[in-house]
Amino acid sequence: MTDIASASSGGSADPDLHTSDAARRRLKARYASEFRFKMYGIAAVLTAGFFLVLLLSTIVGQALPAFVSHQVTIPVDLSQETLDPDNQGESVLRRANYDAVVRDGIRSLYPFAESRDDRRTVSGLISSGSAVRVRDAVLADPNGTIGQTSFTVPLDDTADLYFKDQVSDERRVVPTGTATPTGTQGTIQVLSTANDFRGLLADVKDFLAQDAEGVERELAGKERSLERAILDLASYQTRLPDVAESRRNFFEDQINILERGIVSLNRDIENLTAELADLQARSQTAGAEEALSTALPSVLVEINGGVVKASRISATGIEGEVIIPLQSTAAAVGEAWSIREIVLPERNRKLDDRSIVYLDLLAEQDRVERTFNTVFFTSGASREAELAGIWGAVVGSFFTMIVTLSLAFPLGVAAAIYLEEFAPKNRFTQIIEVNINNLAAVPSIVFGLLGLAVFLNVFGMPRSAPIVGGMVLALMTLPTIIIASRAALRAVPPSIREGALGVGASKLQTVLHHVLPLAMPGILTGTIIGMAQALGETAPLLMIGMVAFIVDVPSTPLDPSTVMPVQIFMWADFPEVLFRQKTSAAILVLLAFLITMNALAVILRKRFERRW
Amino acid sequence: MSTTQTVQDTSAAPAAPVAPPNGDVLPGGTTITDAPPKSVKMKGVDVNVFYGDKQALFDINLDVGERQVTSLIGPSGCGKSTFLRCLNRMNDTIDIARMDGTITIGDQDIYDPSIDVVELRARVGMVFQKPNPFPKSIFENVAYGPRIHGLADNKNDLEEIVVTSLQKAGLFEEVKDRLEAPGTGLSGGQQQRLCIARAIATSPEVLLMDEPCSALDPIATAKVEELIDELRENYTIVIVTHSMQQAARVSQRTAFFHLGVLVEVGATDQIFTNPRDSRTRDYITGRFG
Repeated sequence: MTDIASASSGGSADPDLHTSDAARRRLKARYASEFRFKMYGIAAVLTAGFFLVLLLSTIVGQALPAFVSHQVTIPVDLSQETLDPDNQGESVLRRANYDAVVRDGIRSLYPFAESRDDRRTVSGLISSGSAVRVRDAVLADPNGTIGQTSFTVPLDDTADLYFKDQVSDERRVVPTGTATPTGTQGTIQVLSTANDFRGLLADVKDFLAQDAEGVERELAGKERSLERAILDLASYQTRLPDVAESRRNFFEDQINILERGIVSLNRDIENLTAELADLQARSQTAGAEEALSTALPSVLVEINGGVVKASRISATGIEGEVIIPLQSTAAAVGEAWSIREIVLPERNRKLDDRSIVYLDLLAEQDRVERTFNTVFFTSGASREAELAGIWGAVVGSFFTMIVTLSLAFPLGVAAAIYLEEFAPKNRFTQIIEVNINNLAAVPSIVFGLLGLAVFLNVFGMPRSAPIVGGMVLALMTLPTIIIASRAALRAVPPSIREGALGVGASKLQTVLHHVLPLAMPGILTGTIIGMAQALGETAPLLMIGMVAFIVDVPSTPLDPSTVMPVQIFMWADFPEVLFRQKTSAAILVLLAFLITMNALAVILRKRFERRW
Repeated sequence: MSTTQTVQDTSAAPAAPVAPPNGDVLPGGTTITDAPPKSVKMKGVDVNVFYGDKQALFDINLDVGERQVTSLIGPSGCGKSTFLRCLNRMNDTIDIARMDGTITIGDQDIYDPSIDVVELRARVGMVFQKPNPFPKSIFENVAYGPRIHGLADNKNDLEEIVVTSLQKAGLFEEVKDRLEAPGTGLSGGQQQRLCIARAIATSPEVLLMDEPCSALDPIATAKVEELIDELRENYTIVIVTHSMQQAARVSQRTAFFHLGVLVEVGATDQIFTNPRDSRTRDYITGRFG
């Protein structure tokens, strides 16, 4: 240090100062640290990129199935006689029994489904909104629709999922033997000459073994609880004689509870032990006949044009109930029959075996078609997953954004211009400035509370309406726009202001003719960032009732509606798989809007920058 | 830039005026090297300027002669730019600036409440240190002033004003084919002449120039200086410059400022050949500043 100082002050620099080994080491260390810094940066970027890709691929993967849907064409009786025998026009058409039309239509495809349960299963295959669809079509175009003999309706959401292969894994066994059914209806047996069911039986036994393990774990848990209860009981009982009079009651209650608990635990243990023994016995006796239940994989046998659902299975045959009647009791060879295993137990899925068989029949008849899911993009909310769409929320968001933009942009820019160009710099304006900055950090739900208290309760504005949502979001966006606009105005070089003032422009002319146009790209960027923030905002809108379930697509900003993020929030709550997929799809739609807005911002900025 | 330096430098107490060897001494301690100009266009009387608590100008008394070039010289932070900016009230735009004393144009006090600052700035145009054309077309740059003051009745009038102004600024020949091109696309010297055209488009009586050539190369500087010399026939010009050669070349009267005080004012050749105040002599001989 002193050397350097003296060398430099003395004027005669040490010639080795920058070439010595020490200097080289310093240089090397410097490069090394620069390299490390660069690597940290690259690592950070890669990590962020990885998570982004992960997020997007998850969402896209979830969302893709929601963009297609399955529809079924059913025969319908839309004759003039059924709907409007006296030709009275719309009033009668409106009240016609379309439920019956649709129900009869789908049932006509399953003449063998005679029992109440079976018929209910059949009606459940198509969406419950089908009748409304038919009615709307008839009312929209009576001449074109009346007399039609077939109509395409959406499938129920679980049926839709089945055609997207999202209900259960399936396995097909190609049989080698010759099978003989003992009947065509009711409970029959199908016996094969070969051990065609052995594999399935083994699967079932594996399943039982797994169940047995589960039961064993449960049993162990119960036994531990029992031990603990017995210890507790003993401790209470030993302390009971010494305990003070005032606490005696409590102790006696505890002892009672524990005694009752021990009794019930013992009963559970007994049951579980028996179940475990049963399961173990069944799983270990390989090859023995096994009864199937809804807790086990399903086995379906397709034979002679019919389908049998197995209730008992052995290595060589099954006993079961006919779901679709067989055409004959003739022996079936080779490809004339097949065995199908639906791996997920019936009780663990939404779609029972009967529905699956019925749906397969529809597919065999070429009645099912896979189409782009226009419903998702054109309809409003619905309780039925297959009928739910994002359009209502999109329109609601659009109205909300229009209101927000038309309030926040002029107010925000005007406020920014006043504060930046005209306001005197005194304590009062300083307080305003600080508060605007603070406002930007206020949790958005607080703005929702404000909207609820002021706009709804004091001004009595309509609940759930985009106009109120837009006003609340405008309050939330204002500080963002003001801050961005002020920064943009401040960034305009003072020489421009001086130039304008120098030729005698007034202050307002200077701002409007010269400063504002130059600041516009920055202001627009800030505004679009604020709008994007508002577009994705959920919490404040919950407070003013935009979380309501609204089926109709709003036609004005005064109609009740919801917005995209709130719709996503609501759908995410539903248990149905299709709703989960639609949640992801809606997120994609929202992202698409955000990306479009940002692209718009970039384009606008480019335009402005080129012009100046 | 120069104004902030002014603030810093004047925090030091002004040097006590040194009694000049001969000549008249004004109340502010200013040495008058010659008689005041025959026809006075603008007149500053006891001008004091404060930035907040700091005083930047001390009792400045200066006459600006009509149709001649008055140059203000002095070291950085001496207050010459501040004085210049007082002449068209550009200092009004600085919140903390305060001025007392009187400045008149003709017989009017420019700080009188009845004077509209917009009108004043139309009469007293200004050209800045750094060329600052508006980011608009060349035509729009020049047309802006006449347009906001309503000096042209129709499009033809406006075009005539623009062409005349550009011609007077010696720029027309260079840009006549691209009047719609952006003014910011011109070279530095052209931009500065565009700014001069812009300033004279409103037909001001006085033209203030704040170091107009400090951002220009010697060739561009020569052109602007030539232009200033031509403009002198029609306009009263006040120019702030750091270059004493420039002051000597273009101006007829020179005022030397030092530490917020107007030290000496007089005919340019007089000041440069025979300064009466020792500080002036030191400055022009390069001993400080």
